[in-house]
Amino acid sequence: MATNEHAPLGGKLVTGPFLVLFVVFFAAVIVLTQRFAFGLGSVTHLSDGYPWGIWIAIDLIIGTALGCGGLVMALMVYIINKGEYHPLARAGLMTSLFGYTLGAFAVLIDLGRYWQGHNILLPWLWNPNSVLLETALCIFAYILVLMVEFSPAAFERLGMKEARRRVHRVLFVFTGLGVLLPLMHQSSMGTVLVILGHQVSPLWQSQLLTLHFLVTALTIGFAVVAAESVLSSVAFRRPFETRILSRLAGVMAWVMMAFVVIRYLDVIRVGALPLAFQPGVQALAFWFEFSLGIFAVLFLLPKGNRTNPRFLFLGAMAMLFNGILYRLNAYLIGYDAGPGWSYFPSFGEILVTTGIFALHIMLYLICVKMLPVLHTIRTDRPQAGANAASPAE
Amino acid sequence: MTVDRRAFLKGAATGGSAAALASVTAPGEAGAFARPSKPRPTQALGLLYDSTLCVGCKACVAGCKDANDMPVERSRDQESWNSMVTPEQRNQVVRQVGDTQPIWDTPKSLSGSTLNIIKAYVHGRAEVKDRAEDGFAFIKRQCLHCNDPSCVSACPVSAMTKDPDTGIVNHHVDRCIGCRYCVWACPFNIPRFDYDSAFGKLRKCELCDHRLAEGELPGCVATCPTGATLFGRVDDLEAEARRRIALKPGDTYRYPRGDINRRFGPYTPPHEKVVQAAYQPEVYGDRLLGGTQTLYVSAVPFDKLGLPHGPHIPDRMYATETEAVQHTLYRGMILPAVVLTALILIARRNVDRHHTEAEED
Amino acid sequence: MAPNGQHSTYVQADDLDACVDLFGRLKRRDFLKFCTGVAVTLGLSPALGARIAKAATSPARPTVFWLSGQACTGCTETLLRSHHPTVDTLILDMISLDYHETLAAGSGEQAEIFKDQSMKRNWGEYVLVVDGSIPTKDGGIYCQVAGHPFVDDVRHAAEGAAAIIAMGSCSAWGGIPSADPNPTEAKSAQDVLPGKTVINIPGCPPSPYNFLSTVLYLLTFGKPPELDAQNRPRFAYGRLIHENCERRPHFDAGRFALEFGDAGHRQGWCLYKLGCKGPETYANCPAIGFNDAGFGAWPVGTGHPCFGCTEKGIGFTKPMHAMAEVLTVTPPNLFPRVAEPKGQGVTPAAAALAAGVVGLGVGAGAVLTSRLGKDVPPDEAAFEPPHYTEKPDNQ
Repeated sequence: MATNEHAPLGGKLVTGPFLVLFVVFFAAVIVLTQRFAFGLGSVTHLSDGYPWGIWIAIDLIIGTALGCGGLVMALMVYIINKGEYHPLARAGLMTSLFGYTLGAFAVLIDLGRYWQGHNILLPWLWNPNSVLLETALCIFAYILVLMVEFSPAAFERLGMKEARRRVHRVLFVFTGLGVLLPLMHQSSMGTVLVILGHQVSPLWQSQLLTLHFLVTALTIGFAVVAAESVLSSVAFRRPFETRILSRLAGVMAWVMMAFVVIRYLDVIRVGALPLAFQPGVQALAFWFEFSLGIFAVLFLLPKGNRTNPRFLFLGAMAMLFNGILYRLNAYLIGYDAGPGWSYFPSFGEILVTTGIFALHIMLYLICVKMLPVLHTIRTDRPQAGANAASPAE
Repeated sequence: MTVDRRAFLKGAATGGSAAALASVTAPGEAGAFARPSKPRPTQALGLLYDSTLCVGCKACVAGCKDANDMPVERSRDQESWNSMVTPEQRNQVVRQVGDTQPIWDTPKSLSGSTLNIIKAYVHGRAEVKDRAEDGFAFIKRQCLHCNDPSCVSACPVSAMTKDPDTGIVNHHVDRCIGCRYCVWACPFNIPRFDYDSAFGKLRKCELCDHRLAEGELPGCVATCPTGATLFGRVDDLEAEARRRIALKPGDTYRYPRGDINRRFGPYTPPHEKVVQAAYQPEVYGDRLLGGTQTLYVSAVPFDKLGLPHGPHIPDRMYATETEAVQHTLYRGMILPAVVLTALILIARRNVDRHHTEAEED
Repeated sequence: MAPNGQHSTYVQADDLDACVDLFGRLKRRDFLKFCTGVAVTLGLSPALGARIAKAATSPARPTVFWLSGQACTGCTETLLRSHHPTVDTLILDMISLDYHETLAAGSGEQAEIFKDQSMKRNWGEYVLVVDGSIPTKDGGIYCQVAGHPFVDDVRHAAEGAAAIIAMGSCSAWGGIPSADPNPTEAKSAQDVLPGKTVINIPGCPPSPYNFLSTVLYLLTFGKPPELDAQNRPRFAYGRLIHENCERRPHFDAGRFALEFGDAGHRQGWCLYKLGCKGPETYANCPAIGFNDAGFGAWPVGTGHPCFGCTEKGIGFTKPMHAMAEVLTVTPPNLFPRVAEPKGQGVTPAAAALAAGVVGLGVGAGAVLTSRLGKDVPPDEAAFEPPHYTEKPDNQ
């Protein structure tokens, strides 16, 4: 079990689901052509009141949080698991790589002056006060780190043993960076909002945004790992991996509880609680998010639940959507540009977002079939349904 | 070096934010954790807009467009009545209203081609000017040139800068990457991006510093007939504003026009006017959000004029809070370096353990 | 010279009666048209034109006395320049103008005696028109007619008047003679006739049609038209000049003439900055113009700022260059509101797509959850993965 630990799944690349995904992706490409030909206004509902829409809030802010599976995996492997390798580590790394790359791609299409986008890499233009600069550079660096971390798979496929060995030797540095960088930029995604001040509802606006975004990156990342684990056990009829997962789930349940408590104490501290009882979308979103957090704790806190795949999955899902909703709330639903402004994503914007996620799944399918990403299974069970569903988020 | 993993995980979960958390919970103004506000430069230049003097003639809007070479603008729903066929189009079939050119400049708000706009507060029957109930009032919106601007703090590529002498907030379009974080970060919603162009630009008022360089007044001030928009050193403008808010209805006051310091542009004599409506007892821009270089006085409450105003608006700019968080976490990159070192050490040790265990296999 | 056709009647020099009829009077049809026009000017239904015509052609023509005080005769001049009807139609056919110093055929004592007789005869039924301001200093000796102060004439005539009309700014609010320092203590008709209803037709001069329409209204309905707080007929003085000004779009677009003769002035831009008082002056000048000369025949139309002649405290009081208070009653629609609706909300297609995507996700999640219990091998321990370790491949 040395080099053959991971193996390409093989099989037909172009399947029915793949074609559906391709159609969705192609629709996004058409919309993007229009965006680059006629400007952002021609396809999006972006305005000066809502300069950032779902391309940022969902594709970047939530998309990269979904990509924090890699971060949680790294924490699992190197912090909890004493270096024991998790069978999904490589797949997790890959989804992280895709999540971040596509998040960066979303930024690129959202940039109004993308042809000057390289300015962010010019040190003499750097503004050290800008949270966005730190976030952008960290994301950029993290994508490079993820590439290095994932490179052994490519080297294996290409048979470049020497390169693989060299990379492996310095991999621990990148593993360290691979934990630090997401901690930095995921927390900064919260700090990004602090400067908006009163434009973000006090139900979400707080200097603890920094902490909350860090925690939601971890909860979402964990949920993604758990979901990936559960999904792959269903889709590929793999044995269900509960040992590490349930240990981590115990920790995450407490983290979630701390998050819920700190978050709602903070809401009370800033005196925003009355806002939660004013009928409206914001209050609804607030309580929905709150309930999901409570559900996640309730599902995962009892020890018996954590070894039950269904409760584990449900708890992970509650945690996932709590995090997603928290981020969406903070970035869009809790944001109020002032009287007169309105925003709901346009058809084209939603198409692009779905297209990016479709691309993500397509890339995943291509990679697991062509690269040694998934762990080989030492079981006699047939790999039924291997091509049927994809275990991506 | 031994690191208790459990402890480390907890540390990682609260992450580098632990320092911020500690600071936030420390007592401070409204519990917030902020760096000190940046003061207004002593020779800062700015505007004083007196809503009670404004007659809504919109000469400043036209003057601004002239001074900055901006095109006329109309919104989609105005096409039915604000359209003309250009000479070039005369022999063509005009397919739709959108093919025509606007006759008048009728922007609805600031935009990539409107840096200055007069808006109207209208209530009920709108009978009396400068009255909140059943009245109306005008408000001029343009960049307020904050003392401690959020956009300057937010811009990742230093495309927004504040002049250390004049305090004018400039935008450098050659640096701008179009991320529109400044649009988002500005509490006054001033920077505007042109979404309708494939190669859009971000634009904002730069106090016509190209005209100031030639000794001319900003376009909006040069054209203002009543002195509703007054130019000058902000400290002098603030003193003028304080004199005005002390006036009572019925008082006669000689309102200066043009440049209060008589340094820029042609001399325009003051004009006398009887104060009609009581001023709000406050100069907008002296303290809220760290203070601004565009000051407002008005007879109608400022929040009705669309300016952030009220008990929920702090006296410092929100950039003070982000920068405090940011510079605490990343001062000298010490905290990230410590965390990284710890992470690398753990990873290294675990990799070593791999090797050992693998060899034992 | 049109030798044939219907126009030929105009030049039949030998048919004098026809000429008199045509020039001095109106044909019945034209007269009805005129009356209908008056009705519309007054803001009445055109159907009332016939009623006005009937009143105007009544054999019992109302008696009118026109007293001129400190006046420049401008108000009479403006009346002479009315063309529908011509002033002769007015004074010969519609009213019985029994006293008017400028227009009277007789003069001197003859005129005065006729006035006294007629006044006695029509006491309580005549219409009194006053033009020119009324000096009151030193008992009003600075304007005397036939040896008695004008102020006494006006007070006497007003006693027996059924209606009193103050024609022109001087009698309506004092006009030029009352301007500072007002050496004669000139006053308006209303000021010397306290307790009486004086219909003010201010203007320097006013449009004759504001006067004619008021007179015809009085004849038809026996009461004054609706008046504003300063007793000016609302039909003529209900709106600011600014509201109907043909140069208003220039004001709204911020295009101003800055000096007489500059580029903006030559292009007909707004005269506000030259001191135009249109924004604080109520009159219908831009709507009806003067002298039936067509569009633009009024001060602003010719390039001169309105100086506010119809407004007390503005005309002859405020300097010509001083800026007007803009009394805009309602901000025009061209002003964007403080919170102008901006941005685009939900569209049906976007909502459907979003709902579809969310629905798909929720559905997939639900299916998965339900499958979880069944598909996962029940005995997990049996499939507990082995202790995986990563090994460099060279070992």
